[in-house]
Amino acid sequence: MLSTEVAVIGAGPAGLNAAIEAAKLGAEVMLIDENLKLGGQLTKQIHKFFGSEHHGAGIRGIDIAVDLIGQAGQAGVKMQPNTAVWGLYDGKVLALNDEKVTYRLSAEKIILATGASENAVAFPGWTLPGVMGAGAAQTIVNVYRVLPGRKILIVGAGNVGLIVAYQLMQAGADVVAVLEVLPSIGGYGVHASKIARYGVPIRTSHTIMEAKGTDAVESAVIVQVDERGNPIPGSEESLEVDTICIAAGLTPLTELAWIAECEHMYVAELGGYVPFHSYDMETGVSGLYVCGDASGIEEATTAMEEGKIAGISAAEALGYIDGNGAARLKDECWERLETLRTGPFGLHTAEAKQILMMRKGRTVRQNLSNLGGL
Amino acid sequence: MVMRIRFHPILGELADGQEVTIYFEGQPVKARSGECIAAALMANGLKTFRRTAKRGEERGYFCGIGQCTDCVMIVNGVPNVRTCVTAVQEGMRVERQRGLGRWGS
Repeated sequence: MLSTEVAVIGAGPAGLNAAIEAAKLGAEVMLIDENLKLGGQLTKQIHKFFGSEHHGAGIRGIDIAVDLIGQAGQAGVKMQPNTAVWGLYDGKVLALNDEKVTYRLSAEKIILATGASENAVAFPGWTLPGVMGAGAAQTIVNVYRVLPGRKILIVGAGNVGLIVAYQLMQAGADVVAVLEVLPSIGGYGVHASKIARYGVPIRTSHTIMEAKGTDAVESAVIVQVDERGNPIPGSEESLEVDTICIAAGLTPLTELAWIAECEHMYVAELGGYVPFHSYDMETGVSGLYVCGDASGIEEATTAMEEGKIAGISAAEALGYIDGNGAARLKDECWERLETLRTGPFGLHTAEAKQILMMRKGRTVRQNLSNLGGL
Repeated sequence: MVMRIRFHPILGELADGQEVTIYFEGQPVKARSGECIAAALMANGLKTFRRTAKRGEERGYFCGIGQCTDCVMIVNGVPNVRTCVTAVQEGMRVERQRGLGRWGS
């Protein structure tokens, strides 16, 4: 059976940074990703990041990805794209599949950086070709340079919905409207102004009622909602669109953490169920770490810092760096994380993360045995 | 209808990449080397990738990240291949599947 010291699952901003830090400290690292390209969501981010220079402000996500992959290569990280991790046994053995063979990999430390999946919103006609996730539209446009359609309706005015609306316009599509079911938008004003400037209507207190078409989307029926989110009869409108992008939030992809029997907690602010983890990003299962969106929906910048913390912690646990040295490195990451988590948006996440980290969490087995047996 | 973005304000002009031909239900379809099958089909205006087992309803590209399986098709005789995370190959045969599809075509 193949073996490695640190297996990092997911090569997005969190996973890449985790792999780089662990490898730089001397550990043998394998970075696994099920996609054709490494970089996770960074490969679609054609907009410039903002924030601090440290986090790539002024640099486009796609360029950050290229840089990180280069760094990983230089640090000696073994990279395995096109490979899905579908099982985790006894906290140590991973089951992998690369579409040709299935094989096992034993790892001393495992870092889950599996990211998140988009939420689906169901409505009559939602299965028609032309209805897709906003992130899916972003991929097909920014990575593959294909327009999914020409007249777009975006459902959800969080950052994803607003940014994707803008990027679809850059690609030449006509964004007919952005709907937001709440009375105010969830995304940053800077993203909203970009599209508002072009006359794209952002319709708050509105949602989609139905997608219509024979073989594919041809129109959408939208409706105004009251404070409870109930459709107001008589306010229905028909919009001629061929594509409907759903931007209704993200949910952490925690399957492997569940399989490993990590204890999870439902935290709405973080997108759903997240595994308990310590300040070192270690879950209740010894040697199993989590970072990035898989540990709570946030941003690329926080994912990068959490990834670093996980990578440093894994290397420390393997003895590649002493406690003091590791603490110094991790403290720098924590300082940056705290700066990133200020402001109205960040504070909610900071609080939510605090709840998780106060208790490292146990495993399901531990909990069940406490209750008197399996 | 060709949906290829020839000029993009950030990504620039579409470079003359390696062109690859795949076959969609016997018809040649121009694709670009390294892209996923779903992108090649959508670039050529093809949106319906399969039909559901019971009611034969159309399904196509949805999550784009290999999670939802809405985009699965029969590729070189093998059904249930996720076209959004599978790269095109020269001469590849792609067909719509009904339900779970069937092997060997």
